[in-house]
Amino acid sequence: MSLISVLARAEAAESGRAAPLATVRHRHLAAHPLVLVPLTTAGEDAAPLGALVGTDRGAPRLLTVPQPRNRELRSTFLAALAEEVLPHIESAAEEVEYVERKETEPETGKKVTVQAELCLDAPQLLVPNPAGVEFLRLLGRATRFRRTAEEDPQAAHPSPPRVPLLGRWLSHYAERARVPGSSLLLPVTELLIRHWATGRSTLEDQHLAALLAWIAPPPGTTGEAAALHAELARDERGQLLVPPAGPSTDPAFDNTLLGPAIDRFDAGVADAAADLAHLVEAQLRPTWDAVWHAVDLLRTLPPAAHLPARWRRDRHSYTHHRDRVGAGEPPQPRRDDAVTAARKLVSREQSQAELDAQEALDDPLTMAERRLAGEAFAGEVLDVTMAYSEGKRPMPRPLVTCRSEDGPLPEGTARLHRALPSGGEQRGEVAEHGEVFTVRLTNGMGRSKEPAEGSVPEPGERLCWTLFEHAPRGGPGLPEPEATPWTHGGPPAQLPEPPDAFTPEDRL
Amino acid sequence: MDARALAALAANPGCHRRALLDAAGVDKRTVAERLGAPAPFGRSQFAFARGHSFESGVTAEGGAALIRLLCRQTGEEQPEPESVRVPELNAAGPAARAGRTALELRAAAARGGWSLLDHPMLSLPVAGAAVHLEPDALAVHPDGSVTVVEIKSFPILDGSADAAKVGAAARQAAVYALALEDLAEVRERALLVCPEDFSNSPTAAPLDLRKQCAATRRQLARLTRIEEIAELVPAGAGFAPSSSEGELAEAVASVPAAYAPECLSTCELAFHCRSKARAAGAVEALGRSVRGELGGLRTVEEVLEAARSEQEPADDPAAAALRRAARLRDAALAEAACR
Ligand code: SF4
Repeated sequence: MSLISVLARAEAAESGRAAPLATVRHRHLAAHPLVLVPLTTAGEDAAPLGALVGTDRGAPRLLTVPQPRNRELRSTFLAALAEEVLPHIESAAEEVEYVERKETEPETGKKVTVQAELCLDAPQLLVPNPAGVEFLRLLGRATRFRRTAEEDPQAAHPSPPRVPLLGRWLSHYAERARVPGSSLLLPVTELLIRHWATGRSTLEDQHLAALLAWIAPPPGTTGEAAALHAELARDERGQLLVPPAGPSTDPAFDNTLLGPAIDRFDAGVADAAADLAHLVEAQLRPTWDAVWHAVDLLRTLPPAAHLPARWRRDRHSYTHHRDRVGAGEPPQPRRDDAVTAARKLVSREQSQAELDAQEALDDPLTMAERRLAGEAFAGEVLDVTMAYSEGKRPMPRPLVTCRSEDGPLPEGTARLHRALPSGGEQRGEVAEHGEVFTVRLTNGMGRSKEPAEGSVPEPGERLCWTLFEHAPRGGPGLPEPEATPWTHGGPPAQLPEPPDAFTPEDRL
Repeated sequence: MDARALAALAANPGCHRRALLDAAGVDKRTVAERLGAPAPFGRSQFAFARGHSFESGVTAEGGAALIRLLCRQTGEEQPEPESVRVPELNAAGPAARAGRTALELRAAAARGGWSLLDHPMLSLPVAGAAVHLEPDALAVHPDGSVTVVEIKSFPILDGSADAAKVGAAARQAAVYALALEDLAEVRERALLVCPEDFSNSPTAAPLDLRKQCAATRRQLARLTRIEEIAELVPAGAGFAPSSSEGELAEAVASVPAAYAPECLSTCELAFHCRSKARAAGAVEALGRSVRGELGGLRTVEEVLEAARSEQEPADDPAAAALRRAARLRDAALAEAACR
């Protein structure tokens, strides 16, 4: 934890109210996200018990499985879930722009430029917490290899028609969620934790209702008190007044309310399914409202400048999966081959570096953390001396002398980076070290002998130099690794993997 | 105390409170309830039923199914199902059961062939007191060596399982391995048995215990001997169920604790210790890792005082860093506010 976050947590502990950790919103929030609040059965991570799902905060659709061990009831649940989620996911598939992309021709090995579609938007999914993301991953894994009656007329338990497709999309979204800075599928606790510090530990911040209590305590109480209430308060039957945000339920709920309700359903008691649905809804609804409350709070923050650039990558990711599904490619394999796994790892590291740089550039509070860590140096320009490169066409290479209040540059620093007012990145070579240091600007000044307007700072101007690159990967617009089309040097199309074998006691 | 508790104790060896209560056999759950801060853990009947049905499936067939899974991991030849022996381990009380387990282990090794000890009892001296532990199962190989078997109900999906859960299982298995050391030759790899994918059929994976055993051994050695802790407690301090709430609170308070948010998932007293730590403004309540950065500053108040200090502190690097952090933070917030 950075010292600045420690300080924010200490302040929050003192005041009883969360303290800001960001001055802008660092993740894309769609105008109309689909919210999904799932519940599972204890001891069976993937077996759904119920869910609230929808894009209209006032009218979520309730789905329940009155007997989670019953295969047919689970199938019904999954079919209904597909009916709710797929139209949302498909809603952005049609409207596209055309972008250019470099591809290698398979026969000649030549690089050619091709026109490709890029969806104008991508549908967003929000879940309460990381465990919710994990649940969607499991659900995706459990359903994407299923066969429908049409695909396999002999199937003992054919899947409802759209469920395998739902599985593929959920798998894609859950995989994308592992990429730092991506926003197709977001857990709202993580969103809140990125932007606010509570007066407690990050471990405890995993409790959505308690976290919200710290950020927006109800009038007349402190965040601390409201959080304790959210965590611990129980009624006379021992039930939590604020149910957990799932997907796991509270054991007291299971043992006192849910267990008997399922028994009644099993015994064929009239209305048992409806009673159970009420019970489950009462567990889900507070979390549903909490997710939307979190969205409201996040929307009060102005969007960070780099959000459109990062969201564009999400749009690429969405578009490519759309294309793979459309081209009839088989579902994602159960395990990545070694090359794919390694590539994903490298790409995630790059995304992390890019995210770290962009967050710092977008947010003075994040930049302050980098300055404190000795990775960025803010200060004033003392002097600018014009100079030129040698060679036939001399280019401007002005020397900029600065003093930083963040101390001398680390020894051996060769390169520095700063954001140009016009938006690009300017690099400089360190010509002189010390309290006062001199940087030779090397790019971003245009093609002519006279530097472009505004590309060279003036004495007295304030600058922030960073040790880190601003665009640590190969520039924007590069296809995501998962997007490398298999027809163009990607892995050969695998044969579809067989579905999971059925056993009498399957949990999903 | 079970192996999970012991592994948790080993993970927080600095906590005298927990060490003493555990060693004295005090039921921390009851204490926490009486102090008005009941433990956060309960067990769902569904999780229980699931765990139970899975485990009994695994140990069915006279242990033959389990030995099959083990042989598949080790490459040993599968025995005839009837030849696997499952000795009776009944005895009155944990100490007697531990004695019986030790006898049967020796007998099984001497006899050769495969044996499976279903829910045996082991004993391990912890901070000078004996603690009894009940592993799910122990498998005795024909060469007399023993494999610790952990049966868990979380799935192994496409060959991998939740890393945190596997880690917890390995820590638990390491505690059993340590308790077995004087009784038999323990294999370095335990056998983790879990449901496969989304089914109820068992599959297995090896758990390498070397690192965990070394770590647990080191941590257990660090536990202060109970007698020494007990000396810190005023005479007459009572944890007995008959003592009043006030007496109980006093007795608990008299034993020094080492609260960290991790306690919330490992110790029944966590809510009690948390509220005490917060009331005292302890920085540990904000996270275990926070302490390292703060040097000698121990409370939220001290941290904020250092941060807001007008003067550069003389020779306290932590305070100086905090002061600088506070200035940078204020400047950034001000900058954002006027945009
Ligand atoms: S909760 Fe209290 S008694 Fe338990 S380990 Fe933590 S500090 Fe020690």
